[in-house]
Amino acid sequence: MPKKVENVGCPYCGVCCDDLVVTVSDDGKQIIEVENACAIGNQIFHHATGGERVKLPRLRQPDGTYKDISYDEAVDYAAKVLYNAKKPLIYGFGSTNCEGMAAAAKVAEKAGAVLDNCASICHGSSFLAIFDNGYPSCTLGETKNRADVVLYWGANPAHAHPRHMSRYSIFPRGFFTGKGQKSRKIIVIDPRHTDTAQVADIYLQVRQGHDYELFDAFRAVVRGHEIPEEVAGIKREQILEVANIMKKARFGTIFYGMGLCHSDGRNHNVDIAISLTRDLNDYTKWTIMAMRGHYNITGPGAVWSWQYGFPYCLDLTKKDIAHMNPGETSSVDLAMRDEVDAFINIGTDAGAHFPIEAVKHLRKHPWITIDPNICMASEISDLHIPVGIVGVEVPGIVYRMDNVPIQYRKVIDPPEGVISDEELFERIHKRLCELEAEGAAKAEIKAAPAGVRAEE
Amino acid sequence: MKTVILTLTNPPELMLEGQNITPDNVAGKKAAEIAALDVWEGKQKSALGTYFAVAGDGGATAAETKIILRGDCTRVKRIGQQMTAGEIVIEGNADMYIGGWMKGGKIHVKGNVDSFCGIGMEGGELVIDGNAGHHLGASPRGEWRGMQGGLIRVAGSVGNDTATFINGGTIVIGGDADIHVSTHGEGGTVIIKGNAKGRVGGQMVKGNIYVYGTIENPLPGFQMVGEVEQEVDGETATFTHYIGDLGERHPTAKGKTVYANLYTRN
Ligand code: SF4
Repeated sequence: MPKKVENVGCPYCGVCCDDLVVTVSDDGKQIIEVENACAIGNQIFHHATGGERVKLPRLRQPDGTYKDISYDEAVDYAAKVLYNAKKPLIYGFGSTNCEGMAAAAKVAEKAGAVLDNCASICHGSSFLAIFDNGYPSCTLGETKNRADVVLYWGANPAHAHPRHMSRYSIFPRGFFTGKGQKSRKIIVIDPRHTDTAQVADIYLQVRQGHDYELFDAFRAVVRGHEIPEEVAGIKREQILEVANIMKKARFGTIFYGMGLCHSDGRNHNVDIAISLTRDLNDYTKWTIMAMRGHYNITGPGAVWSWQYGFPYCLDLTKKDIAHMNPGETSSVDLAMRDEVDAFINIGTDAGAHFPIEAVKHLRKHPWITIDPNICMASEISDLHIPVGIVGVEVPGIVYRMDNVPIQYRKVIDPPEGVISDEELFERIHKRLCELEAEGAAKAEIKAAPAGVRAEE
Repeated sequence: MKTVILTLTNPPELMLEGQNITPDNVAGKKAAEIAALDVWEGKQKSALGTYFAVAGDGGATAAETKIILRGDCTRVKRIGQQMTAGEIVIEGNADMYIGGWMKGGKIHVKGNVDSFCGIGMEGGELVIDGNAGHHLGASPRGEWRGMQGGLIRVAGSVGNDTATFINGGTIVIGGDADIHVSTHGEGGTVIIKGNAKGRVGGQMVKGNIYVYGTIENPLPGFQMVGEVEQEVDGETATFTHYIGDLGERHPTAKGKTVYANLYTRN
């Protein structure tokens, strides 16, 4: 009899839906059906057992091909690369659990590495704004139960977070929002007329890259000052109308995405959005939330802030001091400035996401990819170490976009012999301790991984 | 005043962190002791002498010590960080954090510098003949007390985020400035003799900005209040006076609201 597993968390986007029902075959090896998930959530489960999986670490050979090696050999290789590098970079963590992140941090500290996560090329600018200006936020449950005005700014959940609108923001009937969508005003501000804009009551097409000016105009209006006839492509009357709706709301939430974090000014766009949220709290209750992308990309921020006091871009090269300064200690900047000499890509695909120039710089040095699947990064690596898929084959804690931790479960076992991120990093840590204790002659160790570099 | 000449003869493979290259650390030391000061390349700690040839001894105090850096220091960070007195001359380019958290003395860079130079500056003088990168005279991440005092003079252009959270001191830019000047400013003065790209004085509470050229995208939160004649950096000229950022909170002093001032030259 196939078995139904209930209350399963979806390891895809930051909405972290935890109401999935997954049907598993008799032998517990195949995933037959996934209920409640959106199309992309569905895919992640079926993908696990659908095709061929890599079951052993693969090391690049002089002829450019990959050869299967044991986990012990892979751990040894990774530990030696980290031990020998002057400034190794460990980056990724978009798709793993907090246990894996904590273990990786132990490795980074021991190795004197830079530890960074995907926020570096995503919501990292939000952190900078939060450092400077605070974070008047709420949980998604509060938005669902209370919000009568919802503003999406530079975010397109219809594509990136498919169930966000139905579970939390626009459609659900909450405690004080019994009429669902009918009781809510939806405002979308975006340079593109997205599918999210389709469901909005009011849509403002801000001029691309001029969100900051529009926020400034809203703030001036909220304080009762005059503004020019048009700001960032939006007419004064529209700005006044929206400002009025915001002031009259019972409870409002601004959800913002890459449109703010990754257009000119980055953290400042988020910073002034936070200032506007604070201003509005002179009149009513307003909150703001980052639309975090991956299901546990909020995790490393929580875990490492607890361990080191900083959420990302951690330079641990001095071992007893954590230094953080994006622009200097951020992965892409480190790569572009040729400031690192070894790279571990874990639970993400830097090969696909980084600018090509950054990838070229990183490829001058050893590159290790830790990922359940074959991706662009795994194909240009010197070593690819497969691991179990968190949320499908490995349980663990993940943080939802509103910083609420959720215990994810596993529904099937990983392919035979495949270990978890956490176990892998624990083993690398152990090997690093051994290397340190041996005080092994540097040149000798360095010789081992030579001659097995991938083609450019 | 005694002079120590450091010549970069063996450049680093990655970037070199030279926070010990200050008159304060060099004062009272013989050349051999200076060569033994720590520098870092990633996690690898080495002696300064591994990279630099050292000539001359330090003066008795920082104030009596001058350091001259020769060779290509494009990949050397943190020169003159936290210095309190004395002088540094960098004959070419230098990397990040030059004069960061500086309290006194003078740094003269004859080439260009990268980002975060003069951040958290409290006093002294930082002169750059070329261009400067981003975050010139800005506050360190998450620090709401930015530049407190001192003078930064850049002959060329600067990147974005100049003088974030500034609350004292003066920055004079000979060329153009990219977006974000004096964001969150609470004091101090920034003079841009070229053009500014935009977001000049966003979220600014107090302080002054002068722009001699044009502002490509002015902020809606600044309002024209009149014309004034003023002496700025040794020259007298007439300026159009704006106040703002009207979207931001503003304190009151003697019953009047205090705004930040933006002056554009007529
Ligand atoms: S909305 Fe996100 S978390 Fe929910 S099922 Fe879809 S991909 Fe998974």
